[in-house]
Amino acid sequence: MNVLEVAGLNVSVRDTTLVSDVDLTVGPGERVGLIGESGSGKSLTALSILGLLPEDVVPSGSVRLSGVDHDLIGADERALSRIRGRDLAMVFQEPMTALNPTMRIGDQIAETMLIHHTHPTRSAARAAAADLLDRVQLPADLLRAYPHQLSGGQRQRVVLAIALSNDPALLICDEPTTALDVTVQALVLDLIVQGVVARSSALLFITHDLAVVATVCERVLVMYGGRVVESGPVHEVFTNPRHRYTQGLLAASNLEAAGSRLTTIPGTVPAAGHFPSGCVFRNRCAHATDLCATTPAWSGTSTTGYACHHPAGAPHA
Amino acid sequence: MRRLNPSLVAGGVIVGVIVATALLSFVWTPYDATFVDPSVRLATPSWAHWFGTDKFGRDVLSQIMVGSRTTLFVGVVAVGVAAVIGVPLGVLAAMTPRWPSELIMRTNDLLLAFPALLLAIMFGAVFGASTLTAMVAIGIASVPSFARVIRSGALQVMRTEYVLAARAAGRKPFPIALRHVLPNVTSLVTVQASVSFAIAVLAEAALSFLGYGTPPPTPSWGRMLQESQEFLFSAPRLAVFPGIAIALAVLGFNLLGDGLRDRFDPKLEDRR
Repeated sequence: MNVLEVAGLNVSVRDTTLVSDVDLTVGPGERVGLIGESGSGKSLTALSILGLLPEDVVPSGSVRLSGVDHDLIGADERALSRIRGRDLAMVFQEPMTALNPTMRIGDQIAETMLIHHTHPTRSAARAAAADLLDRVQLPADLLRAYPHQLSGGQRQRVVLAIALSNDPALLICDEPTTALDVTVQALVLDLIVQGVVARSSALLFITHDLAVVATVCERVLVMYGGRVVESGPVHEVFTNPRHRYTQGLLAASNLEAAGSRLTTIPGTVPAAGHFPSGCVFRNRCAHATDLCATTPAWSGTSTTGYACHHPAGAPHA
Repeated sequence: MRRLNPSLVAGGVIVGVIVATALLSFVWTPYDATFVDPSVRLATPSWAHWFGTDKFGRDVLSQIMVGSRTTLFVGVVAVGVAAVIGVPLGVLAAMTPRWPSELIMRTNDLLLAFPALLLAIMFGAVFGASTLTAMVAIGIASVPSFARVIRSGALQVMRTEYVLAARAAGRKPFPIALRHVLPNVTSLVTVQASVSFAIAVLAEAALSFLGYGTPPPTPSWGRMLQESQEFLFSAPRLAVFPGIAIALAVLGFNLLGDGLRDRFDPKLEDRR
């Protein structure tokens, strides 16, 4: 039984489709990466899992979470708020704004546990908050501090502590280290992995950083233009990319080709709603032919495969 | 240590003096403010009567001191009424979906278009002229500006990641409003309260001048102005003293509001 099963997810605003036909599964304790450029639909996918899309952005399809007997898409706010923060938790990108500036750190950590009654009394929640701070390697006297007294890395660790406070079945991280210094990044990534492993929680990790995916995740999905274009085990996808976009992405981040010009993918990501019909990547792809005007079918299994008419490399083993 | 801005200091001092005067008037005034002494009618300023006396021989300084009580009382209640109604409305308008929110804001615009004084006079005509009706009417007339300012602030807070994070943690809308939105718009409430206070002081004076405000014999700066009308040429000081008091109070609260806004808005401070 998978922890998360997303099937045929579409997200649209008025008549523009932003995410189409996303299938995504996360097994118990599995760490899955969702990778793609800005505007590829990664964050929208995460927000639709939580039911936190803005008012006029509408999802369709199915999102099932193990232990919850209804579909999360179309569920009412009351049902969703019981799940959020207990079975499903999220770490956001911007640690500077993810904490309420007028509340003490300790109260903010305790709040999540009090909402879901995992620690019934205020004093029990306080004690648990101190313990959580310790697990993210922060001193307990920060409980009485306000967010502005903390650095970005410290705040992100507090946000992580809040997200992990109810031992969620699934933790979603949306670019959690993008706003941090490289030195702090490694520590926060380490704490995220430690946190989910200790609780045997599953992790859905959204990023545009290939190196981060390689260190954190076991399996990866590559998104482009609101579609999943390739997926598979991290090692396989990174060493033997099949989709031409994945190939371009890996070539662009190859730092060993020193001295030569930076390899880039030609063109830029089109604005939402302006992706070509058929294969979404064909207007930037050197291998595109007339065949690419039709949407490529998914080749492979549900967890390992690609959607490309002219795949690169050798077939997956 | 941050540099104190001049308008905050000036406003604070003026408001402080007015509050101190009002407090002092409870325990001491030179004369009983309502005591009529026919022997000293329309006396010019002297050591015995610093600001002179009016047509009934009442001491003007004592009346101004006691009148500051009326002014502050009216301001506090009017601003209180406006804030208690306007702040929740503003937060509600920011948090509800499009339709209810539009309804609240358009009703608000309707009230905004209605002149405050007219509303107060209408209230006075219906419920009888008293300090209470004046305060409530001024308060209701100040609701729209509160709702508008708080809504824009709350909309900004609603877009922050900590509200999104609170929702992602399973917080329901009402606790989010109470614990996350309200504390983060308090600076806006303070600034708006200070500005509305100045408007309330002026409105109370205008209403009392027109005879719809504080009824005699309770001293009020607005009614002192009205009573001074017939002596405008023979004893202009009777209009000048309460006039200065009103102007100072309005100036003080406006400066305080400006100063507080500058202090709470770091972007504005950097520009100077």
